[in-house]
Amino acid sequence: MQRELVLALCGPAAVAASAARRRVPRAILVALVALAVFAVVLLVDGKDPLRAYRDTLIYVFGNTYGFSELLVRITPLLMTSIAVALPSRLGLINVGGEGQLYMGAWLATAGALGFPDLPSWLLLPLMTALGFTGGALWALLPGLMRAAKLVNETISTLLLNYIAPLIVSFFIFGPWRSAESASYPQSPAFVDAARLPNLTGTRIHLGLMFGLICLVLYGLALNRTRWGLAMRAIGGNAEASLRLGIPVSSYIVAVMAMAGGIAGIAGMAEVSAIQGRLVAELSPGYGFMGFLVAWLAGGNALGILVMAFLFAVVSSVGDILQITQGVPYAVVNLLMAVVLFIVLGQRGPMRSGR
Amino acid sequence: MSTPFAAAVLSSSVLSGTSLLYATLGELVGERAGIVNLGLEGIMLIGAAMGFAVTAYAGNPYVGVAAAGFACLAANLIFGFIVIERRANQLAAGLTLMFFGFGASALIGRPFIGTVISGLPRMRVPGLGAFDALVWLAVPTSLLLWWLLFRTRWGLALRAVGEDPAAAFAAGQKPDLLQFQALAVAGLLGGIGGAHLSVGLTQTWDEGMTAGRGFIAIALVIFAKWNPLWAVAGALVFGGAEALQLQLQARGADVSPFLMTMVPYVLTLLVLLFWGWNRRSAAPAALGRNFFGVE
Repeated sequence: MQRELVLALCGPAAVAASAARRRVPRAILVALVALAVFAVVLLVDGKDPLRAYRDTLIYVFGNTYGFSELLVRITPLLMTSIAVALPSRLGLINVGGEGQLYMGAWLATAGALGFPDLPSWLLLPLMTALGFTGGALWALLPGLMRAAKLVNETISTLLLNYIAPLIVSFFIFGPWRSAESASYPQSPAFVDAARLPNLTGTRIHLGLMFGLICLVLYGLALNRTRWGLAMRAIGGNAEASLRLGIPVSSYIVAVMAMAGGIAGIAGMAEVSAIQGRLVAELSPGYGFMGFLVAWLAGGNALGILVMAFLFAVVSSVGDILQITQGVPYAVVNLLMAVVLFIVLGQRGPMRSGR
Repeated sequence: MSTPFAAAVLSSSVLSGTSLLYATLGELVGERAGIVNLGLEGIMLIGAAMGFAVTAYAGNPYVGVAAAGFACLAANLIFGFIVIERRANQLAAGLTLMFFGFGASALIGRPFIGTVISGLPRMRVPGLGAFDALVWLAVPTSLLLWWLLFRTRWGLALRAVGEDPAAAFAAGQKPDLLQFQALAVAGLLGGIGGAHLSVGLTQTWDEGMTAGRGFIAIALVIFAKWNPLWAVAGALVFGGAEALQLQLQARGADVSPFLMTMVPYVLTLLVLLFWGWNRRSAAPAALGRNFFGVE
């Protein structure tokens, strides 16, 4: 009987999911319109948008290296978007992926610098666990404050985003400052055992597997387990779920920590595989992009994969613009915002009346 | 600690609190009409970039501030179209506006990195200190907003929409129009707040220079119990946190600058932790909800 009631509560979530599935092919159209709008903005600024788009296409799809770089970029996006999608099932808004990524990277670095003598098969799992822990702790805080009804998680995760990079900076300017690079603050290089293995000749690394595994687990957990069912029930109606005996507060705390941990693994993968040391400029906004990816995908696992791909391409546009036409990378946020404005501006079936 | 230090901290907190106050007042008006705008950070960035660019271009800081205000008013109306006309989720649309601001401000400010401008001139009043016009106008603006919100028919209608749009509609008000008006005021004030940062305070443009002040301002609205007069106190306290850190740094205090930069964010979280939830009763009842009309 309880199960049926829980299922009934999931109604709205199920509607949202089916709407999300319909939106995936439509996304291509939205992307085209957004690219056109963005092109106009670039034209007004005296830049050449068509050249930028052509350069991007040639770079990304013209050779294997460019495409492999796309996969490198998708890797953290997969994890940061799951970090948003998972709490969103409960109706929680985690905008703290960026901070959670930094804290994961930070704690993983502590592992790499603290145990340089461990063999790789021991050190890498340790760093992954530490990365998870770092991110999880950073999300646990907003989770606890939300569960205790003290602070709304949206604003607390946003504020924590600003604190995490400062902690990283504190360490690389202070205790972990590498002696050999006096001018550019960064941690000492990791030992080889602390580096995630790469696919030969590219920068694609084991982190991509982490991301895909997380995505599969996310999809399965949500649709095939009782936890997923309970989560959707809470998202549908928290009050009723509580009365059905679902421990809502515990779910809030656990899910937030889990989400932060996954973003933390993304941070660990970035320092371990890409940077090989802790640096201040760890992420070009992967945490924020993850929010957009998850939102556009409607929390659907397959949708996340598609949207992460799209956003990796979008973010390549930003890189190309910066390299070839001297446009600051941050301008790419404009393109992302236009995409979202168009999606939000459509009167979809999801937003029908009361 | 010598007296000059205390005086320096005080005048510096007034200076850095000003941009926060304008932004907080803007967000407050919007929230009184029932609309949460998480894009305030982006609005402030656009204001800072636009204010700086126009000041550098026109050579007049007041023109710059006005341009910033109107640019942000326009940006807020885009947001308004999405959340009022299209009834999109306010939080998602707000964050989108934040991204929009990140991108737009980077584009606007790009040619002006390293440019030197003559910012807002500071006027000295004996016994009080030397501040620019926006600082002097900050408290009168709060008073004006308090009067508008709590002593005029327009303010009453606006607050009614924030509490219960359906009832306000039934009483003959136009919720959509009032919310648009509130967002226009919010954009104007947010833009002025951002512009004060670049044209008044630092007199430089730097990508992402607002550094989370927009979010601190949103927290300050809660702290201020949605009352413009309390916002003054809140902005002073947070301006003070920033000023103390800057003054300590300037005096070569032996504390890591990174730890000190954290103070305003940590303070905001602590304030929310201790005062946040029990103030929710003061929040407009329909805050964050979309009004779908009476079909």
